[in-house]
Amino acid sequence: MKKINPVIKVKTIAKEQSIKLSEKAIAKTAEAHNFLTDVADFFLFLSRTCKETFSRDFEFKEFLRQSFQIGYKSLPLISVTGFIMGLVLTIQARPSLVHFGAVSLLPGMVAVSLIREMGPVITALICAGKIGSGMGAELGSMKVTEQIDAMEVSSTNPMKFLVVTRVLAATLMIPVLVLYSDALGLFGCWVGANIKGDVSFVLFCSQAFSHLEFIDLMPAVIKSFFFGAVIGLVGCYKGYTAGRGTESVGIAANSAVVLSSLLVIIVDLIAVQITDLL
Amino acid sequence: MNPIQTTANTAAKTKSLEQVIDINNLRKGFGTQEVLKNVSLQLFKGENLAVLGKSGSGKSVLIKCIVRLFNPDHGTINVLGEDVTALNNESLGELRKKIGFLFQSGALYDSMTVRQNLEFPLRRIKKDLSQKEINEKINEALENVGLSDTLNKMPSQLSGGMRKRISLARTIVVDPIIILYDEPTTGLDPATSDEISLLINDIQKKYKTSSLIITHDIECARNTADRLIMLHEGEVYKNGQLAEFEKSSDTLIRSFFK
Repeated sequence: MKKINPVIKVKTIAKEQSIKLSEKAIAKTAEAHNFLTDVADFFLFLSRTCKETFSRDFEFKEFLRQSFQIGYKSLPLISVTGFIMGLVLTIQARPSLVHFGAVSLLPGMVAVSLIREMGPVITALICAGKIGSGMGAELGSMKVTEQIDAMEVSSTNPMKFLVVTRVLAATLMIPVLVLYSDALGLFGCWVGANIKGDVSFVLFCSQAFSHLEFIDLMPAVIKSFFFGAVIGLVGCYKGYTAGRGTESVGIAANSAVVLSSLLVIIVDLIAVQITDLL
Repeated sequence: MNPIQTTANTAAKTKSLEQVIDINNLRKGFGTQEVLKNVSLQLFKGENLAVLGKSGSGKSVLIKCIVRLFNPDHGTINVLGEDVTALNNESLGELRKKIGFLFQSGALYDSMTVRQNLEFPLRRIKKDLSQKEINEKINEALENVGLSDTLNKMPSQLSGGMRKRISLARTIVVDPIIILYDEPTTGLDPATSDEISLLINDIQKKYKTSSLIITHDIECARNTADRLIMLHEGEVYKNGQLAEFEKSSDTLIRSFFK
């Protein structure tokens, strides 16, 4: 049997390992490069959207249509979730408050938590799922079936017609949906309070609003505008930049939901930190 | 590979005609893949020019470069006397108003009815038209493609052939000077393909348009083209009349004209 020189054997193994490590390093660098390219593309898309928003010939009719789609068509879903949110919060919190003899604080506690945090974040997350995925899938399928190209060759700016209208509609409609959801959440809380107790609606309202201040409402409304902008931008970006195959429509819709939900949480974190400083 | 064969006959015939599209030394690549390599061609006024080629030969990329849906890497594209590659967005938009584009998939807007699909480019390109004039133009375009009864239907309610016809109606409703057809008969049965080919001829006669027809369907090319160009691996392989192609003994050309 032929004897292999151990030095050569070690050298060969070392060379193989070195090649494997290099390949891994190249793959990781490519991944990082793709991520950074994606981030840069998103910011370019954002700047183009801002530029087109303030340029001439605003597509007002399409903006109204999108506002109707985003606002009015989301009402049933937001109604159910808002009501259940208030009801569940009340049912969960009541035993603890009864234990401390502080059941009269229940409306105020639920009102503050709904209006400051739960209402805006839960509504935004639901809208990220419904509206973000809808935008990603719709624009993605328009890209795949060359409808965006058709728009471009018929002298229509698709960024202005498709993206600006959707982003603005989402930015303006989500705060409205948040306020609507807050109202239904408070109604759900009143229903919850009446399951095991007896509180009149007038008394409930006076207890709830006595704990609320203007400073509770304003940051929530302001951050809702940002949630709307994030959902609209991410949904449109993912759809508009979808690949050419049909599977890219699914990928666009899915990644729009994932990324916009993540960004909603991050924006919320930043908003809470800023509110805390004020 | 054979050299570019432009016949003296074709050149003499077309020399005196006015060029509406003049492409010179066009190159376009994606990443490391070069799709178009030094393509030059001319489309003359009132002419139907068919560009033949196998899938992946760069036909669709060529047609999309003409309306600058893709930016060329090198070369010049003159359309109606304007260099497409040098135009700013506003001028490009103005030039696009004179060009009709029939997409391979039809590209009808799914969320709009047939009427809204036709009204969409019309309102943007012919801004001075009244609602009555718009309605008349829509009805006329639909009559020309033989689908007047589909006005309020959604694209999802139409068959493949009907979608192509409506798409063609949307293209002609704005009175383009040039029409670019991207695979007009792809995915259609032979009878419907023939109908579309006849429609292309009718439209050319009625609207006096110049047409560039991208196709790999030899029957469509036979029925519609005044002149043919064959693209192969991103280059112009042969340019000439239908008869010259049919007589050719070249293997690649013969594979199309069996």
